[in-house]
Amino acid sequence: MLEVVDLTVAYGPMEAVRRVSFQVEEGTIVTLIGPNGAGKTTILNTISGVIPARSGKIILHGRDITRMSAHKRVSAGVIQVPEGRQVLAGMTVRENLELGGYRRPYREVLRDVTRMEERFPILGERRNLAAGSLSGGEQQMLAIARGLMARPKLLLLDEPSLGLAPKMVQTVFSIIRHVHDEGLTILLVEQNAHLALATSSYAYVIESGRIVLDGQAGKLRSDPTVISSYMGQTV
Amino acid sequence: MDLLAQQLINGLFIGSVYGLFAVGYTLVFGVLDILNLAHAAVFTLGGLLALWLVETGGLSIWLAFPVSVLCCGILGLLLDRVAFVPLRQRADSNFSGLISSIAMAIIFESAALGLFGARTVRFPAHTVPVHIWRWGGISITSLQVEIVAISLLLMVALTQFLNRARAGKAIRAVAENDRTSRLLGIHVDGIIAFTFFISSALGGAAGILFGLYFDSLSPDMGRSIELKGLAVIILGGMGSIPGAILGGLAFGLSEVLTVAITGTSNLRDAVAFTVLFAVLILRPSGLLGRKKMREA
Ligand SMILES: Nc1ncnc2c1ncn2[C@@H]1O[C@H](COP(=O)(O)OP(=O)(O)OP(=O)(O)O)[C@@H](O)[C@H]1O
Ligand SMILES: [Mg+2]
Repeated sequence: MLEVVDLTVAYGPMEAVRRVSFQVEEGTIVTLIGPNGAGKTTILNTISGVIPARSGKIILHGRDITRMSAHKRVSAGVIQVPEGRQVLAGMTVRENLELGGYRRPYREVLRDVTRMEERFPILGERRNLAAGSLSGGEQQMLAIARGLMARPKLLLLDEPSLGLAPKMVQTVFSIIRHVHDEGLTILLVEQNAHLALATSSYAYVIESGRIVLDGQAGKLRSDPTVISSYMGQTV
Repeated sequence: MDLLAQQLINGLFIGSVYGLFAVGYTLVFGVLDILNLAHAAVFTLGGLLALWLVETGGLSIWLAFPVSVLCCGILGLLLDRVAFVPLRQRADSNFSGLISSIAMAIIFESAALGLFGARTVRFPAHTVPVHIWRWGGISITSLQVEIVAISLLLMVALTQFLNRARAGKAIRAVAENDRTSRLLGIHVDGIIAFTFFISSALGGAAGILFGLYFDSLSPDMGRSIELKGLAVIILGGMGSIPGAILGGLAFGLSEVLTVAITGTSNLRDAVAFTVLFAVLILRPSGLLGRKKMREA
């Protein structure tokens, strides 16, 4: 479904991502793990088209989207739920959901907002509150629900567990597994390697902008370097 | 007593025009965090263009008004394209945008000077039929009522549009966070251009109403309102539409009250700006300004 080929991304003279290649097969969850500053967010943002690629290719369903503008990628079904949630804090929960479906016909969006409020009752209860007044976990739920409002084909999730209480992390990951079971393809970025590897089928380890290791998630879980570098504290 | 009531009413009239000027000003600031210092020049061009359409083109003011407002909107698109888009990638775009908007203001003012001449002009008599109503010592003209009605209508329409329409919500989303807006599929550059269109159209409308109200137009009429408009949006809270409306009315009232109380117009601007300082000391974010809710 998604193929990233030799992707290099730079901020000014600094190359944050260097010749990275990976794939996400239809219907799978693929994880990128790696330490702070490895370039994970940069990769997702380049796939979303909010940061330009310096070189390399991004191919979606066999179609080169490397130079496509960000809003067209949303229409093409690539949706990112950004790091730190980034709900529109001053707008209401409902408005956030509606804007998630910005590129779809309004009538369908209104219907889907209702469905989303049924699926996440807490969002329905809080529909007229400013999104910024929600708790961190509720905001993460809103951010995911807002992403789903676009009817994505490929969902990019950037550190959905960041800063959440353990119980909330479980809730968020059960939502992720659930939407995956419904057929959604997911590219997940996580610091919580233990949870990420337990959730996904394939994983890539990124360090300083390069892929240093990749394999079946189950295999990486028992890989000694992965255990020592990424799963020390979280097991 | 009648004099005071009369002044309060006058303050409301002129305040509504200030408010209309200021909502356009603050709208662009809210979205881009940039002051568009060419806003006053668009205001001037709007007034002069409407006058030209009435005088030379022979249009009725009811037709000249929308035509001129539309032209100002298009001027806004041009302004965005020429003065702001090329700078958007720069790290210092707030500052450089300020400078290039000053440059555009000078160009627009020169254009006004070249096209319409340097003299002070006025709408031909009977452009708008005027009735005068009197109650005791108070008089109100139908023109004043029309001016207030049109400004309030436009401001209410803008507020409703921003709160209810899809494109209006997109404008608010971009104002809050343009990166997130892109991720939601909003065509941010298009929304910004659209914001300039609305802002400048409203600025032009304010210019026409201002010219009708004071019965005088000149290429430098934007000067007097430029600083007041800035004061109004600071008073109301930068980027806040209701704040700009309220700020405009408050500013208009404080001006006329000063004249009424001191009996001269010498202190008018001084007192109005003193009110501004007082508000800012008590409420640094302005009357309706919010502290930005942003995660680090
Ligand atoms: N806007 C930017 N301008 C300049 N450098 C940046 C910018 N954003 C990120 N970087 C740098 O690029 C590198 C990769 O950053 P990125 O945010 O992609 O890492 P990450 O893997 O997502 O890290 P984290 O786990 O902390 O979210 C880092 O060295 C970072 O400092
Ligand atoms: Mg990151």
